Amino acid sequence: MVRIQIIAIVASVMFLLYIARLIIKGKLREEYSIVWIVCTVVLILFSFWRNGLEIIAHTLGVFEAPNLVFTGALFATFIYLLHLSVVVSKLHSQNKQLAQDIALLKEKLEKK
Amino acid sequence: MKVAVIVPAYNEEKSISMVVNDINRLANENNFEIDAVVVNDCSKDSTSEIISKLNCIALNLPINLGIGGAVQTGFKYAFENGYDYAIQIDGDGQHPADEIPKLINFSVSNNCDVVIGSRFISNEGFQSSSIRRLGINYFKNLNRFLVGVTINDSTSGYRLLNRKALEIVTEYYPDEYPEPEAIILYSLNGLKMGEVPVTMKERQGGVSSIGKSASVYYMFKVTLAILFTFIRVKFKK
Repeated sequence: MVRIQIIAIVASVMFLLYIARLIIKGKLREEYSIVWIVCTVVLILFSFWRNGLEIIAHTLGVFEAPNLVFTGALFATFIYLLHLSVVVSKLHSQNKQLAQDIALLKEKLEKK
Repeated sequence: MKVAVIVPAYNEEKSISMVVNDINRLANENNFEIDAVVVNDCSKDSTSEIISKLNCIALNLPINLGIGGAVQTGFKYAFENGYDYAIQIDGDGQHPADEIPKLINFSVSNNCDVVIGSRFISNEGFQSSSIRRLGINYFKNLNRFLVGVTINDSTSGYRLLNRKALEIVTEYYPDEYPEPEAIILYSLNGLKMGEVPVTMKERQGGVSSIGKSASVYYMFKVTLAILFTFIRVKFKK
């Protein structure tokens, strides 16, 4: 096993543990943790199986294996960011609804 | 006939009591029941204390929603409490309250669901800066192109809505810079719109919700919003 493999595996496992800690403490909801767990597991997998990357890149017709990593990672990041924008938009509209209902209810209470 | 005059207010401590008093004076002079509904959009100044002492319905938002969200709160109040008309009027004193009967009378006599107070029919009073007029004309033409309705003062916030229109805006109303987009919404929902000349003043206090650097963003954002509202409402049917 090469030194970089060990570093990558240790870093990934620590990251995985940190995600677990966040979930346990209630700071990260399970549904948003899935993508992080999957990404970390993939990292760990390829840390062990170094040739795997070359094999997959070759099968897909990518000449340089690192390019596959960059493309894949960038694509996944964009999709996830878009997903977060959707989540924020939903929160925004729910927040607005709540604020309006509070204002209307407060007025009703004070009138009595 | 019950009329709610909705006044969205964000840091309007200097002008809000004048606006509310003008509205209440109107109530004594006319035969319709008129209530001032002040929506305090989480002001940082003393707006909240001032309006609690005034003779008005005070809706205090717990967080700042921006003009669209604040106005919609007022629309919801008017709709839920059985008002026949809701009139939106700025909290900074730009819109003189004595023009309100004009909007109501126009709606009744022309059977309009939405009446917009316009600076650019008789061209009297405060006319805004030339660069802003350029923006107003741009939205006028964009709306005319999309739905074939010409509203000269497309960004005017001086508006009357009847119950039919209120039902639509309680469902959806844009958050930021809602005025030009709302015209598309009304038009595609089959509401009849009319425009009456009003005389506006320069703001009596407070600052515009649209700063200089924000105007480019404003043009872009509202254009996008108009196009997507057009697509959404058009193809929902």
